[in-house]
This record gives sequence, structure tokens and C-alpha cells, in this order.
Amino acid sequence: MIRTRRAAASPAPARARRTGRRSPIASVALVAVGLLLTGGAYTLFTASSGASAAIDLNSAQTIAEGKKLFQANCATCHGLALQGTAAGPSLVGVGAAAVDFQVGTGRMPLAQDAPQAEQKPPVFTDTQTKQLAAYVASVAPGPGIPESKYLQADGNATRGAELFRINCAMCHNVAGAGGALTEGKYAPNLHDVSPTHIYEAMLTGPQNMPVFNDDNLSPQDKADIITALKQTQQNENVGGFALGSLGPVAEGLFLWIFGLGAIVAFTVWLTAKAN
Amino acid sequence: MTTTSEPLAYDRTEPADARRSSGGITGWASNYLDERTGISYVVREFGRKIFPDHWSFMLGEVALYSFVIILLSGSFLTFFFQASMADVVYNGSYVPLKGLQMSAAMQSTLNISFEVRGGLLMRQVHHWAALLFVASIGLHMLRIFFTGAFRKPREINWLIGFVLFVLAMAEGFTGYSLPDDLLSGNGLRIIAGMVQGIPFIGSWIEWFVFGGQFPGTAIVGRLYTLHILLLPAAVLALIGLHLVFVVVHKHTQFAGPGRTNDNVIGYPILPVYAAKAGGFFFIVFGVVMLMATFFAINPIWTYGPYDPSPVSAGTQPDWYIGFADGALRLIPHGWEFVLFNTTYSLNILVPVVGLGAFLAVVAAYPFLEAWVTGDRREHHISDRPRNMPTRTAIGAAGVTFYATLWAAASSDLIATHFRESIEGVITTMQFALILGPFIAYFVTKRVCLALQKKDRSIALHGFESGRIVRLPGGEYIEVHEQVDDFERWRLVSFNDYEPLMVRPNASGRIPPQERVRAVLSRWFFEDRIEPVTRTDVELSSHH
Amino acid sequence: MANDETSTEVVRTGRATASSGTAVERSDAFVNPGMPPHRPRVTDTDPRKAKRAERTIVALFYLSIVGAVFAMAAYFAFPIQANDLGSVRLNNLFLGLGLSLALLAIGVGAVHWGKVLMADHEGVDIRHPIRGDEKTRARAVEIFDLANEESGFGRRTLIRNSMIAAIAVLPFPAIFLFRDLAPASGTPAEAYSHTLWKHGTRLTKDPSGVPIKAADVTMGSIFHVIPEGLNESPDALEEKAKAAVILVRMNPADLHPSPNRESWAYDGIVAYSKICTHVGCPVALYEQQTHHLLCPCHQSQFDLTHQAEVIFGPAKRPLPQLPIAVDSEGYLVAQSDFHEPVGPSFWERRGDYNV
Repeated sequence: MIRTRRAAASPAPARARRTGRRSPIASVALVAVGLLLTGGAYTLFTASSGASAAIDLNSAQTIAEGKKLFQANCATCHGLALQGTAAGPSLVGVGAAAVDFQVGTGRMPLAQDAPQAEQKPPVFTDTQTKQLAAYVASVAPGPGIPESKYLQADGNATRGAELFRINCAMCHNVAGAGGALTEGKYAPNLHDVSPTHIYEAMLTGPQNMPVFNDDNLSPQDKADIITALKQTQQNENVGGFALGSLGPVAEGLFLWIFGLGAIVAFTVWLTAKAN
Repeated sequence: MTTTSEPLAYDRTEPADARRSSGGITGWASNYLDERTGISYVVREFGRKIFPDHWSFMLGEVALYSFVIILLSGSFLTFFFQASMADVVYNGSYVPLKGLQMSAAMQSTLNISFEVRGGLLMRQVHHWAALLFVASIGLHMLRIFFTGAFRKPREINWLIGFVLFVLAMAEGFTGYSLPDDLLSGNGLRIIAGMVQGIPFIGSWIEWFVFGGQFPGTAIVGRLYTLHILLLPAAVLALIGLHLVFVVVHKHTQFAGPGRTNDNVIGYPILPVYAAKAGGFFFIVFGVVMLMATFFAINPIWTYGPYDPSPVSAGTQPDWYIGFADGALRLIPHGWEFVLFNTTYSLNILVPVVGLGAFLAVVAAYPFLEAWVTGDRREHHISDRPRNMPTRTAIGAAGVTFYATLWAAASSDLIATHFRESIEGVITTMQFALILGPFIAYFVTKRVCLALQKKDRSIALHGFESGRIVRLPGGEYIEVHEQVDDFERWRLVSFNDYEPLMVRPNASGRIPPQERVRAVLSRWFFEDRIEPVTRTDVELSSHH
Repeated sequence: MANDETSTEVVRTGRATASSGTAVERSDAFVNPGMPPHRPRVTDTDPRKAKRAERTIVALFYLSIVGAVFAMAAYFAFPIQANDLGSVRLNNLFLGLGLSLALLAIGVGAVHWGKVLMADHEGVDIRHPIRGDEKTRARAVEIFDLANEESGFGRRTLIRNSMIAAIAVLPFPAIFLFRDLAPASGTPAEAYSHTLWKHGTRLTKDPSGVPIKAADVTMGSIFHVIPEGLNESPDALEEKAKAAVILVRMNPADLHPSPNRESWAYDGIVAYSKICTHVGCPVALYEQQTHHLLCPCHQSQFDLTHQAEVIFGPAKRPLPQLPIAVDSEGYLVAQSDFHEPVGPSFWERRGDYNV
């Protein structure tokens, strides 16, 4: 039934386009193409840098650099042999993925004692982060930095969205807007998180986030989830500004403050005596 | 005191203009219509009906207009919506749902959004207008409450309006649940769980409503019938009745020079109010359209189809159900017990009964206040809120109670956005729910009394002109300017009640209900500022 | 009398008969000063201003036409194209813009006309008591008396009472008609008390239905679980609403099972119902370090180290535990169904389940 309706409706726009409203369409299309190209290029660029093609994580030199950095910046809490202290957990076997996530998102080193480590501008450069990761991975094996083929956001969005709803949405919100946990902790907003870090978070379960190992969510599952997240965000504004994707609370507040506010302003104007 | 038996009004009794018979096509048409409907009587009676001007008198119109917008946009949506929970596979434009199994209701809502031109716009108009409908009813009720416009003879209209408010919430909730998406599905799950907790019949009510186990395949179709047939019919009928009473009672007006309890002063329906109120409909529609154009509402494609296993952080109902959700959230741990091998869920019953009682008090308030004052006169002059400090304070307490419950429904968002712990937010709100209304009551009452004192001093001594004068003796004084008669009238014309003195009745006894009444009356009117009289002004001018 | 804005007459219509309660009426109260003098608008005194207002209003109405035409043009110029949500956005935006303009311009124009150009003399309507006058009321009573007299409604009590009885009984068949809103057989209490889980049912991943090996469940992970075969069940959603389970693994030393539940876990792996015991939301926010579960709807918190007992929030009862074991191939299976009904409380829920 719906299909027939769609088919019946389609000739109309085609006719309309032929009757010479070409220029606005063309400019809009041009802008869209431009945006798509830049966006695509950006995605490619970030993906390739995330894949750390430039650094060999297994080279002795990288590991040695990482060790120096670790001893200078991390060992106070995590111990000289990664064994952990009262101030920080053991890092034996956490793998390169955990280091890349924690240091790459600025969560480590910790800034202050808070319910949970906050995302902030990273202290270390990308290269330094990779060196640290290489060093920690060299001490004991653990989950590695994900392969770039899983980070392209080109998987099955439908499957990914369903997996996201079942495994992630309860904490991160179905639109990835984040949500509250107990005692001041929270699940962060996922809007500006890179595919690499999303993958690493699932793989290593930072802080109170559970671990989603490859038996639970296979690498392809994780790639699908990343795809779905990116697709959802791209389409967030179909109906207009998304008001933070916070759902009915944001909508209700907006209606009361701006919608009803505007209408009350009109009533005041309407009933005020004219000059 | 003159008594008039015939209305003293505009040209109602004057004969029809001679132009009508020779007015060309318009004249012919009006004549045709009148000879078949007698419409000239209606025009004579209502064409120059007077409507007083105040911004707050337009709030009810906002509700009426948003209902019209809802009817228009809703009719459009019904042409495309399928109220069925039959399984289908989505194959439309939204990639992250392609190939997924969902109900026909969800699929058709997605198709309205993404395949029908203007469909998304109409959905958003419908939803924004629905939020506006309930909000404007709420604001309208607050205006009626705080100005005492519910007093005799308008008590029944208050009740009708109250029922409309409840019906509007029901309309909203049934509509919110129709797309069968994850968010509204979890909302229904919560309602089902609440219904289940009702003693004795709870599980059976759920069984009947859902046609068996939750979620079943019946609920969307049943809600749809309620949403587009029964509830709108009831709303429409009650709106009609509500407006009939507005015509019968004529609108209230604020005290002002020339305005009495026996007249109504303002602009006639034809032409001024037709232009203003008619134009206002388009303004309300335009504001709703603007919101629908620029701001997304209820993006069900993000939520996905309903599935009993997933849930989203920040799962909240639309704003008008928020107070109920908040009440559920604020119940402390442990309010459930087993007695005689049966479970009593106080964690559900207390919110349900508590909110029911709150709403019952709202509905009954006009009768309560009339009993306390014993005033059986008709009241057509709206009170300024400050002139009834206790009523205003009760209203402020009620608003605080409601607002706290409402805010509690977003406790998780408050926690994340203000970097607080969720436990701290909830505990704070539990205290606020109990203490907040008392604080609001006392603060509001004091503010009202202070404002009344200020009014009194202005009526007695005039206002500070800002002009400093040096007296011959070297003393500086600020000149107070007397207010004119018109301004003073606004300040001194209000109802004043004194506390009830209980007296024994004919048989020499004081019945208990009279004692209760006396206590309430003292509560209402113990602290009072009397209106300024001529004697007061004369006395003060001798100083 | 029309447009009589200077009328100072205060009309009293004999309403003083109604009780004024505890209201105070003062003899020395101020008297109503009557209407203040009318203040003309600039458009009344300055013809040029009036002319300008007229032009503004006309412009607004024409603007509205422009908006409506724009909306129609946008309908065709920004069609929705299959699989292109950007086109939906543009369609919504431009159609809405045109309609908003059309609506707001009409509204503002009409109101402006009413405010600045239409006569602004305030008029007076006189109110009358809502109650009918004595003559009318007497006549109404008379009509009722006459009707009573002519029908014998008050006299022939047998007829009257039997009629009232007949009308009172009539709605009952209507109530019976609604019986089939619910299934013809079964009771809700039975339905709530059983799920798809039974001895040997494999735990499988939601939504794929892939069985889970005990070895797959590493420390700190959470699995969202459905019983094997649920996806093929004819009542898949209804069964899922009862049978959804979460599965976590923690250090066995952290678990504090009661004596009769010691065999319900497998090597630190425990399975609990995902349906909140408050009003039935899926409880799924698992913190792997604290082992707390949080319900996103009403913030109840459950401690998985202590048999999912409630540590905060409105829920009272712990989440029901699903006893699990491992089958010969290493897959996790249920030992039995839940030992108590899952989900929210209800009247028939007993207090003596064997848990």
C-alpha cells in the first residue's frame, strides 16, 4: 500500500524539476556535495591517523621511548612494573587498546579525584600515546589497537543500531547523548568520540563500563555499532535542531519557555492598548 | 439602584439596516440564510457581545486554538497511519532501520516522516501543538485559580475545565504511545506495571487493556480508537459546554474604574474581537508551525521499534505525564510488603493515590473556598492575587508540589547536567517535595501581604514622586503625589473577609462542621489588610 | 447606549439577597469613579499615521500570500527523494517556513488592524443574575408539577420503580460484551508466573540467538540474554518481556549467595532477570567495578554481589535469579525457570516463593 503511494507520488517532483527551478536545487546540491566531500575526506583522514600506520608498535625503540614516558608520568600510581599501587590499578595485561583509549581521550593522567576520570584535552601527542601503548603491551599481552578496517563506519547500520540499543543505549542514551550512573558517575556523550576510541572502549571496558569481548560483540559487530552511531548522528537533524537529543524533557522545557513564552508575548501585544 | 429587565446593549433592539435588502449578493445571501435559520437573532444577541481586554484572558483561547491545530494536523496523519501491530519489515529511506522487523504502526509513522511530503512537518506540528495544548490549559487554570475566577457562578465551568485538563493528558498519552517506538513502548511498560500494582484487580485490568500479556498485539489499535474517536469527541463536547457557560456567565474582568460586578467593559466581538481573536488563531498556528519547522520532536527513528529488552538512558514521558513519573521516582526504598500471602505495592499505590488526591483537591477547591467564606454572591470581578493572600499562597504551594514532582521526572538529566549524584538529586527532591510547598506558602503569603501594604500606603499617602523639596526650616522631604480617583479605585476595590465567629445555633450547640469551618476561616483571613476607605483617607490627610 | 464610554452609572440588579458570608461591607468604602476619559490613538488623530498603518496591514496580508505560494513552490521544489534524508530535511524546512510566514502574517495583520484602525471605543454589557427570575422559576416548577400530575410519575410508584430498575439493569449486558477484550482462557497470575526458561534451555545472545559458552563470559563483561528458541516463538515479544536476562561474571569470592542458591551460579557467572521489580523497565545499566545495576526509568539500584538486592530507589524486591549451569558442550543453560514471578508486583503474587 505504501509502495504504491510512493510510486504514484514520484512523477510530480520530476515534472517540477523540469519546469525550471533548477538553480536553487543546483546550489543546494552543490553545497551538499561539498559537505559530503569534506566530511568524507575528514573521516578518511582521521581514520588513517587512528590506525597509526606511521608507528611500529613492536619496535624496540618505540617501546623504550614508551617506557621512559611511563616511568616519568604514570609509574607513581601504576607502579614501576605496572603492578599497580593504592592510587592506581595494575596495568598488566590491559593491552595497547586500553592505553590508547585512556591517554588518547585525555582521561589519563587523572586531573583530580572525581567520581570518574573525565575526558579532557590529551596531555600526550599521538606518537607519545602510541609509545606508551607499545610499552604497556610489551610487558604483558592484551587487547591491541583495532584494525582500521573496522573503523570505517561502512558496516551494517541496521544491525549496529539494534546491537547499540541492546548493549549500549541504556547507559549512553539511544541517540548517544549520554546518561547518569550511580553516585555521580555518568556514561559520556558519544557524539565527538572517534571510531578508534569507541572500539577501544567496547573492547577494554574503561572504568565502570563493562567489557564487550569479541565473543560477545565480534569485531564486525563493533564495526556495525560504529556505523550506526555515525549514521544516527548524521541524520539527527532531519526534523530540525535536535535540542541535544535529550528527548521529552528538552522538548517540554523548550515548549514552556520558548513556545508558550512567545505566545504569551503575543497576547500581551494583542491586548495592549494601541498608541 | 435601578433594575433593568431588558438588556442595555448595543443596537440589539434596533431594526435591521435598510441596506440589507438592497445589498447585492451579500444582502441576498444574508436574507436567504436568515429566512432559513433565523441567524439574525444570533447576530443581534452576540454580534456586539463585550469581551474584556487582558493578556491572561487569552490563555484559554491558546488551548482552544491548539486543539483546532491538533484536529487539523491529526486528520492529515490518520490518512497515512496504520494502527496495527502486525509484523512488517521496514524498507524505507532510513538506513539504520532498513530490513528490521517492526510493527505496521512504527513503519507507517516512519513513512509519514520520510516518504510523505510535509508528513514530518505535520507530525511535528501535531506533537508540538499537543504539548502546547496541555501547557496552555495548565496556564489557563492557574490564571483562573489565582484571580478567583472559579467563584460563583463559575464552579461548574471550573469542573468542566478540570475534566478537559485530564482528558488532554489522556489524549497526549494515548497519542504518544501510537508509533510503537522504543521510548513510548517503555512508557507503556511503566503504565502496565503501575496498573498491575493496583490491589485486587490490577493484574486483570492490565490483562483486559492489553488483551493478554504485555505488550500483546492489541494495544496500539485500542489506544488509536481512544485517541482519535472517544477522547476527541469528549473533549469537543466539553469545550462546547465550556464555551456555552462562558457566554452565559460573560467574561470576568479585573477591577478598574467603571467596571462593576454588574457590567462588563471591553470591545465588541464584531469587529474588534473577531479581528484580534481570529488573528490570534493564525499567530498560535504560526508559532507552532515555526517550532515544527526548526525543532525536531519525538524522532522515533532514533529510538527504534519497541522491543522489551532494550531501554534508553533518559527514558521520560512527555512533560504533562512527568509529574506522575516523578512521583514514582521519589518513593523511598522499601515501600512494599507482603501480608496474608498477598503483595501490597505502596511504591506504586502511594503515587497513584497521592496524585489522585492532589487532583481531587484541585477539582474541589472552588467548593471548599465557598464553604469557608460562606459567600453566596456572584463574583464577576477577578481578584488581584495579592488581595487573597491565603488563596495565592495555597496556589503557590500547589505549584511547588507539582513542579517538584515534574522536576523529579528528569532527576537523571539534572544529575548529569549539573554534575551531581543521582542519589543526591533524588534525596534533595524528596525533601523539597515535603518542605517546598510550606516554604512557598509562607513566602507567598508574606509577599502578598507586603504588596497589599504597599497598595494601601499608596492609596493613603500617594506615591513617591522623586521630587525633593527643601522646607523653610531646612528640612528635606520627598513630595508624595496623590493618586487620581481612577488609579485609587484599582487599589481599594477588593473583597475583604473577616474570620468566621462561631455562634451556637438555634438549639444552643455548635455543630462540628462549623468548628472546622471556623478554623479554616481563621486560617484564610486571620492575616488581612483591609481596603482603604474614605474615612482612612480623611484621617490621614489631617496629619 | 452603544460605545458609551463615559457612562458612570453603576447598575445594581437586586443581587444583594444572596448571603455575603463573612465578607465585610463598609458604608464608607470608595465609590466607583466611572470610566476614565477616552484617550485617542495616533491613528485616530493623524491621518498619515492611519494611512501608514493601513499600508502595513495590506503588506502583511500580501506577505501571507507570498508565504503560501512559497510553501506550494517548496512542495515541488524540494521533493522527498527515496533514501535521501537530506531531502526530507529541506522539504520540512522550506514547506514549514512558507506556512509559518503565511500564518503569522495573516495573524499579525488582522490583530494590527483590530488594534490600530478599528474603532476602539470600549462598550458596556450589563450582567444579569444567572438564576432565572422568580416568574420563570415559578413557571418551571409549575411545568414539572404538571408533568408529574399528567404522567402520574410520583403517584404510580410501581411503574416508576420498575422502569428505573429496567434502565439500571440494561447496561450490564454491555459490560459482558467487553469480556473478550482479554483472552478467553488463562489468568494473568498464571501468565506472569512462567517464562520460556526451563531445565536445559540454553542462554543465547540478544538479539541473534547465538548460544553462549561459559568461557566467552570474561570478567567484567555483561551479556544481554534471551532463551534459546525465543525468536521462533509465536509470542516472541510477550515472552521476551518476561524472559530477558542479564549475565555477568565476577570474582566468585565477591558473590554472597544464600545457602539454597549456592549452586545457582557457575564459576562466578550469575544470571538475573532484566525486568525491574518496580514497574518493569529493563534494568541494564551495569557498572563492572561496583557490580551495581541501575534502572534508567526510576533509578532503582541492585547489588549483584548480594543477590541483586535493592540498595536505592523505589523497587523493593531483588531481581529474580535464574539458576544456571553448563551443558556437556560447555554452553550455559538454565537449571529451571525462575523460582518466582518476574517483573512488577501484583495482587496474586504470593509471599512464599521458594527462593
